[in-house]
Amino acid sequence: MKEIDYAAPATLTEATALLARKGARALAGGTDLIVQVRENRRDAELLVDLKNIAELNTLRFDAKEGLVLGAAVPCYRIAEHPDVRKRYPGLGDGVALIGGVQIQSRASVGGNLCNASPAADSIPALIALGASAVIATPSGTRDLIPVEKFCTGPGRTILGPGELLVHLHLPPPAPNSSSAYLRFIPRKEMDIAVVGVGVALALNDNRTACVFARIALGAVGPTPLLVPEAGAALAGRPLAEADLERAAELAQAQALPISDMRGSADYRRHLVGVLVKRALRIALQRVKGG
Amino acid sequence: MPKKIHVQAVINGQPMDFLCEPRQSLLEVLRDELRLTGSKEGCNNGNCGACNVLLDGRLVNSCLVFGAEVQGKAVTTIEGIATAQGLHPLQQKFLEHAALQCGICTPGFIVAAKALLEKNPKPSEEQVRHWLAGNLCRCTGYDKIIRAVLDAARLGS
Repeated sequence: MKEIDYAAPATLTEATALLARKGARALAGGTDLIVQVRENRRDAELLVDLKNIAELNTLRFDAKEGLVLGAAVPCYRIAEHPDVRKRYPGLGDGVALIGGVQIQSRASVGGNLCNASPAADSIPALIALGASAVIATPSGTRDLIPVEKFCTGPGRTILGPGELLVHLHLPPPAPNSSSAYLRFIPRKEMDIAVVGVGVALALNDNRTACVFARIALGAVGPTPLLVPEAGAALAGRPLAEADLERAAELAQAQALPISDMRGSADYRRHLVGVLVKRALRIALQRVKGG
Repeated sequence: MPKKIHVQAVINGQPMDFLCEPRQSLLEVLRDELRLTGSKEGCNNGNCGACNVLLDGRLVNSCLVFGAEVQGKAVTTIEGIATAQGLHPLQQKFLEHAALQCGICTPGFIVAAKALLEKNPKPSEEQVRHWLAGNLCRCTGYDKIIRAVLDAARLGS
């Protein structure tokens, strides 16, 4: 690896000042960044290790506040967190699929988002769950950005020099709601999504109709995609098979897949339909199953 | 000469000081600075698990950790698995089941399996296979490794 500098600041103020320097990059779990720097796929002169900053290691749930997920919290802590499993199961599905045990010990959802892979496994569920990114700037302000607007292209985000993703905020789940994330890969683990689908939905009090639904797609566009029309079509519906079919068709129409070594565009579009219906059935079952 | 960082960590139960360049991975520090060559470099990109160590008890790929990051932390490598009394049950069962041929992947498998048995002392075969998905072996076809781990679990390691 080429020569680099390393700093491990303890405060956000120090971190944003360091990140404003030329060639500075934020380091959380390093599972993407270290490989990219080693293989000269991303340039870095200074790695700013964020794991000593308290705000970035926070993981807490409050019924009024929702979930605060620090940008450097590793996947295993999220997957094992009882409130995530119970209230944000789609997020739990996503983080449990990232790499193997070794990767989950280190990789963070904040890093997954900042790495901005179109196939990132944690992002569709974040989008479906209505998560926002809280960003610290060098001037000390906090910006709040919906996660679906955070990635601007493969490997690119809205973050400017000195800006830092502090945490993700997920609103408290609505009554009678749940979520799910599913991906398709040709094996069972340790692979990159051919297609990923995150859904979140809420039912009315007697659980006979959908109040709202949000559907997000991974690996079928330059960034993870929110497909609002597909979710909106489910509002007020009993979520019968015909309703799921309609949402799947709308999601397919909004997908922007390309053909590559993992699958053709047609294959990916087909998978979007299959996975949207399956993920909706899982989320529905989770609501009804308590 | 690049600036070196002074790091204090506990390696296999022993407090240690070392100097490393910021770009050096924990794997490079273990092998090149501390001469603990049990951890192997396979892929050097987080896929093969041959460099697995425990970092504060969590299983990690040491090729994806910077040496500078282990300041104040505890690292357990394959060299820290056996005791003065003898081999760890996992090591013994790997021998009995011939769960290795070339042996490059073995340290990583044993460290990974130890982490599993500490978390789940009686795993099912499926749980063992799933846990070890981040460790690659190109010789055995995995079956003997899985049997060795299950046998070590029966022994109560």
